[in-house]
Amino acid sequence: MKLRHACLVAVVTAALTGCGGAGGDSAPGAAGDPIKVGVLHSLSGTMAISETTLKDTILMMVEAQNAQGGLLGRPVEAVVVDPASDWPLFAERARELLESEQVDVVFGCWTSVSRKSVLPVFEENNGLLFYPVQYEGEESSKNVIYTGAAPNQQAIPAVDYLMNEVGIERWVLEGTDYVYPRTTNRILEAYLKQQGVADDDIDINYTPFGHSDWQTRVSAIRRFGSAGKPTAVVSTINGDANVPFYLELANQEVSADDIPVVAFSVGEEELSGLDTTPLVGHLAAWNYFQSVDSPANAEFIARWTEFVDNADRTSNDPMEAHYIGFNLWAQAVEKAGTTDVDAVLAALPGTETPNLTGGIARVLPNHHITKPVYIGEVQANGQFDVVWQTDDTVPGDAWSDYLPVSQITEADWVELNCGNFNTETQVCSGQNYE
Amino acid sequence: MERRGIRAGGLGGGRSREATTAGRAGRFPGGRWPAWLLLAGCLAAQPVPAAAQTGDDAFRALVGEFAGANFRQKEAIAERLIATGHGGVRDVLTALLEDRLFERGDDHQVFVVESNDERLTAYQLLDPATLARVEAAAPEQLERIITNNRLRRFLRTAIARFDASGPDPRVRLEAVRELLRRLDDANLDVLRGRAAVETDPDVAYEIETALSIEALDDADPQTRLDAVERLSGRLNPVVHNRLSALVATTDDGGYAEPEEAVRAAAVDALWQIDSRRNVYSVIETVAFGLSLGSVLVLVAIGLAITFGVMGVINMAHGELMMLGAYTTYVVQMWMPDHIGVSLLVAVPAAFAVAGSAGVLIERTVIRFLYGRPLETLLATFGVSLVLQQLVRSVFSANNRAVITPAWMSGTLRFNEAFSLTYNRVYIVLFALVVFALVLAVLRYTRLGLDIRAVSQNRAMARAMGVRTERVDAMTFGLGAGIAGVAGVALTQLTNVGPNLGQSYIVDSFMVVVFGGVGNLWGTLIGGMSLGIVNKLLEPFAGAVLGKILVLVALILFIQRHPRGLFPQTGRAAENT
Repeated sequence: MKLRHACLVAVVTAALTGCGGAGGDSAPGAAGDPIKVGVLHSLSGTMAISETTLKDTILMMVEAQNAQGGLLGRPVEAVVVDPASDWPLFAERARELLESEQVDVVFGCWTSVSRKSVLPVFEENNGLLFYPVQYEGEESSKNVIYTGAAPNQQAIPAVDYLMNEVGIERWVLEGTDYVYPRTTNRILEAYLKQQGVADDDIDINYTPFGHSDWQTRVSAIRRFGSAGKPTAVVSTINGDANVPFYLELANQEVSADDIPVVAFSVGEEELSGLDTTPLVGHLAAWNYFQSVDSPANAEFIARWTEFVDNADRTSNDPMEAHYIGFNLWAQAVEKAGTTDVDAVLAALPGTETPNLTGGIARVLPNHHITKPVYIGEVQANGQFDVVWQTDDTVPGDAWSDYLPVSQITEADWVELNCGNFNTETQVCSGQNYE
Repeated sequence: MERRGIRAGGLGGGRSREATTAGRAGRFPGGRWPAWLLLAGCLAAQPVPAAAQTGDDAFRALVGEFAGANFRQKEAIAERLIATGHGGVRDVLTALLEDRLFERGDDHQVFVVESNDERLTAYQLLDPATLARVEAAAPEQLERIITNNRLRRFLRTAIARFDASGPDPRVRLEAVRELLRRLDDANLDVLRGRAAVETDPDVAYEIETALSIEALDDADPQTRLDAVERLSGRLNPVVHNRLSALVATTDDGGYAEPEEAVRAAAVDALWQIDSRRNVYSVIETVAFGLSLGSVLVLVAIGLAITFGVMGVINMAHGELMMLGAYTTYVVQMWMPDHIGVSLLVAVPAAFAVAGSAGVLIERTVIRFLYGRPLETLLATFGVSLVLQQLVRSVFSANNRAVITPAWMSGTLRFNEAFSLTYNRVYIVLFALVVFALVLAVLRYTRLGLDIRAVSQNRAMARAMGVRTERVDAMTFGLGAGIAGVAGVALTQLTNVGPNLGQSYIVDSFMVVVFGGVGNLWGTLIGGMSLGIVNKLLEPFAGAVLGKILVLVALILFIQRHPRGLFPQTGRAAENT
């Protein structure tokens, strides 16, 4: 309903402005020229497991948009490239999309390192990237819309839940050794200390990628947890290292009701095809769960399983982020009456679209969006059972309020036109200022 | 039921009815329920013809309320079930904890199922009150009554209260330990009741621990002193925490324990506990090291043959392990009803699959490249990519689930401070067995004799009539087969996916080079010592820095001793 209304407005606006403004980088052509949507997700290599799903999501969204008559009366066309889980290749493929394919928007990237790798390309070419994955924050680019969760939309609420609802007093912050866990844990440590948790009650540890021998760590966690205070593990363990970790927990008989593990990167897709028995009862914090019961979600899942022609395929949080991202972009294009990046970027802040699980996603001036937060317990069937959720949506915060450096930094692309404005010196500095 | 017995562990599947709840009824709050709900429950529950009793009907009705209740409501229903004192309470609660309580879709009746094994096409329903077999239903018609952590914790304690007076001493021991973790009044009542009648010494010991902890709050200093002395050296973490709390200073500058003598005894007891703990923690670290070492040995033995004996740098070694792991997965798919023995079947199967792949690789690629290490390296690296893509195409890029058989899960517990997980124990044993077998093959069989002859002096062996080409193929096949066998063991430790091999290839080369090329004993000693050093460093340096330190130390060692720990000696060694 809302969408149709927006379309109407957009059509009227377009008629009034005489469809002017279309131009810039994208080839101004006849009405039949397709609008090009770039898809920058790994279809091979280690990240293929997660990213292929996101490519399919965008293809589904494009198909649906075309079924509705396209965008601005033009058909939408997806341009898919494969950066093959190779970070430098991400930058190359992004350049290819922007410079030779002349796409109007790109949906892509998963890991933070791939995003960091394409960032200069997007800023140089004035492209537009929708990034759908929860990440460590501390960034706001003019050319990126972050539809995944910032730390205050995932990590902080998860810790709040454990502290207030479960009564956790001792914390193990267990992560894989790279930028996302390190930044997230830095924020969480500062937050926990601010909440009055003593140094002795926080144990931070990092293990290498693909770590498979968890005996020592799990034994240490067990010992750390036997000090008489309720203990929880906040896990930013990445990818393949998760299964041996949960397996070792189960083997050493550390059960979820003694020491729950809350994970930020274990979702439905990762659990599908796994023997979930050792994970049952452990927690995950996301902004979307497939099990959330809402009409929009049911419809989305039905569309998705039909599109991939597999009734068992799961949906997950980054997929919803792409769903939201695509809808937001389509609306902004309708509103701007053009796919020109500057016009769309000007139209995006304030644009709203409903979430699949209820509530409204709104683009904020800092290029993040509002999201609800859910905590789910893993069930034996690989799904999550929501045990807690925020009352309202949480606005994404680009610069964490709990780190001294970023406390004084602000991102605002509407008023300040700056991604990292220092509120003390009143200077916009560093990345992507104009 | 070949699922991992994690949550089932210790709670027992026993259907004992000895535990009666009569007399405990008054303790639990109940009756906060609207009458219509109860009535609805009664209507939904059809009486089972043979064993219909009024008590059973009410009980069934109450169990029926689990359908559609939220977690807090379920906890209240469980409390009311306990309050009924009905003989079936323990079984129903156990079924709920073990995910064996289901709601039938068409009439919303709640049943216990005999087994919830996902591979069954029909679940046998049991009447909740009598556990009599009712009928079977397809899993699609049933909806599981789900639990969450809080409810599971509640159920565990409730069941432990029943089990504390069960017939099996092992079940009693687990139950008492469970109660010991949460020493509230209700649990203490149960334990006090058991103290007089308990005959099993282990259970009695745990009950004594619990009651001594309670005695720490006694008004009489002498009682407290006795309790502290009884608790001295006991490894249960609850003991340590309570004793530490005694000697801790309170906010007003005093001590939690007013009596000086008791405090001194507590400090002494804590020292006893800590020194015992430290001893066990060293033992534990060494055990972890041996376990990591045995994995390293396992993945390196195959390479010790292909690289060590034949001198082929086989970059596809890891992928041969991956083939073994996928073979395990396929074997499990073929025999879903015998997961317990599937691993044993998978060992020869993986040997055959990986071994034939090895022979094929040798015949088609490597034999043209003998004496050209760089080309061999590149060619086998290419082969490794081909194999990876092959499993991606056949099995998809997603990881595959290999189920851990029940006999491999759980822990072998020595005491509160030291326990070993069964899967690690078995893998250590398995590595030693594989090692002994390979050694025996090389020493006592015709093939072994040929292999040694060819590796020591190829020209002479050929002159003596040994078909060296065939021996080369068989040697490589043997090494590859052992890699496949190692893959079977890895399925129990890590993900079965296309990248499985890559994560172990560096480790296996490291072990072989460190141990000394061409020496199997070097591989054993090298693997074990690398494992132990890794685990000794990990608690201090962390896993990342520990690994780096080990690598640096290894490089320095190779600088001094280029031929590794056990260099080959004699004329053969000088030729290479």
